[in-house]
Amino acid sequence: MPGFSLVHLEFLGWAAMWTLGLSAIAFVGGGLVGFAVALMRISPIRWVRYAAIAYIQVVQGTPLLILLFLIYFGIAIVGFQEVPALIAAGIGLTIYSSGFLAEIWRGCLQSVPKTQWEAAECLALTPWQRMTRVILPQAMRIATPPTVGFLVQIVKNTSLASVVGFVELAQAGKLINNSIFEPFTVFMVVAAIYFAICFPLSTWSRRLERKLNVSRR
Amino acid sequence: MTYQFDFSALWAFWPEFLQGAWLTLQLSAVSTVLGFVLGTLCAIGRSDGPPWVKFLVASYVEVIRNTPLLVQVFIVYFGIATLGIKVSANAAAVIALVVNVGAYTCEIVRAGLESVHKSQLEAADCLGLSKPQIYWHVIIRPAIERVYPALTSQYVLLMLASSITSQISAEELTAVANRIQSDTFRSFETYIVVGIIYLALSFVVRIALWLFGLVVFVRKRKLGTAL
Repeated sequence: MPGFSLVHLEFLGWAAMWTLGLSAIAFVGGGLVGFAVALMRISPIRWVRYAAIAYIQVVQGTPLLILLFLIYFGIAIVGFQEVPALIAAGIGLTIYSSGFLAEIWRGCLQSVPKTQWEAAECLALTPWQRMTRVILPQAMRIATPPTVGFLVQIVKNTSLASVVGFVELAQAGKLINNSIFEPFTVFMVVAAIYFAICFPLSTWSRRLERKLNVSRR
Repeated sequence: MTYQFDFSALWAFWPEFLQGAWLTLQLSAVSTVLGFVLGTLCAIGRSDGPPWVKFLVASYVEVIRNTPLLVQVFIVYFGIATLGIKVSANAAAVIALVVNVGAYTCEIVRAGLESVHKSQLEAADCLGLSKPQIYWHVIIRPAIERVYPALTSQYVLLMLASSITSQISAEELTAVANRIQSDTFRSFETYIVVGIIYLALSFVVRIALWLFGLVVFVRKRKLGTAL
């Protein structure tokens, strides 16, 4: 039986690209939906706020695995047959990351001092101007470190996309292991690749956090 | 959309759902307790140990936090098997979850340890408290009290993450769901039911940890303030 070879490493590298691609889809999609939900979460209208809270609670209170299964079987029910695994996994991870990003960003929006909101209103800025000119520039500074930190979570959680038949890094590792049965080597290499992707991100997040805290020290 | 929802087929399986949920809770409880002990020891080692311990703990935390739980589970389950030791899927699941949550706990508790003010230690020293007394009363307990909310969220996430161990056929809730849906062909309904059970479980875990906090942190309960 042939052992772990360069061919396998090449396959893993190729799968790592899919992991990155899926992470990008999840981050962009989750960012868009999550931002909308974050805005809803701080809306002055009560039912909008409650809807956002419910959404966040449900997404954060169920495992991503179950969410992916629901999407996978749900798409078939809605009437689409033969949906590419990338789409199913992309939708699932988008929903998942939107639930968490919404809560992170809500905190950041609300951490902008109340006086800033009031001052903007006193200056007769429209709500849109207030958001884009006053609140967001300040909130984004606070939001960057935890958002980069959450990117690590997204990359790691793409490993669950294997359950809907998407071949990314973890699934590729499983496939290789099924053919050569050297689980220790294969999954160590897989883990090393994940580490190589995630570690720079977490280091970056930490550095941003330190930079942000300079003024408070 | 012409799909007819049919939950009736699932009624017959309620004992299995219940059993799966129970195993999920057991897995999470054991992993939480062991992970808390491991994480706290690591946090102490990282903030107060000799340099090599600090380095070791830091590497452990970074490696675990930057790789997916799924891969960790595979390494534990298949890795131990190739070493020639036979462990059940449930035991492998617990080992992987403990190692995983230990690293997160370490980071959280370390933040708590660092938040203890230096003057507190000096005051304790002046009052003639012994080193273990200082450690227990002045450092560890207030530190954990302070980070307890963060720990709570981490352990709820752990409970949800335990669903991943279904991939090595630990017989917890998600694995039960996978089996039932392949028996009944009511996949969507099965996962809706299981999703609701998980929601309920995360609610239960949150409440339980909150109550536990009330019992353990007497000072906080009596004064009603954070430290």
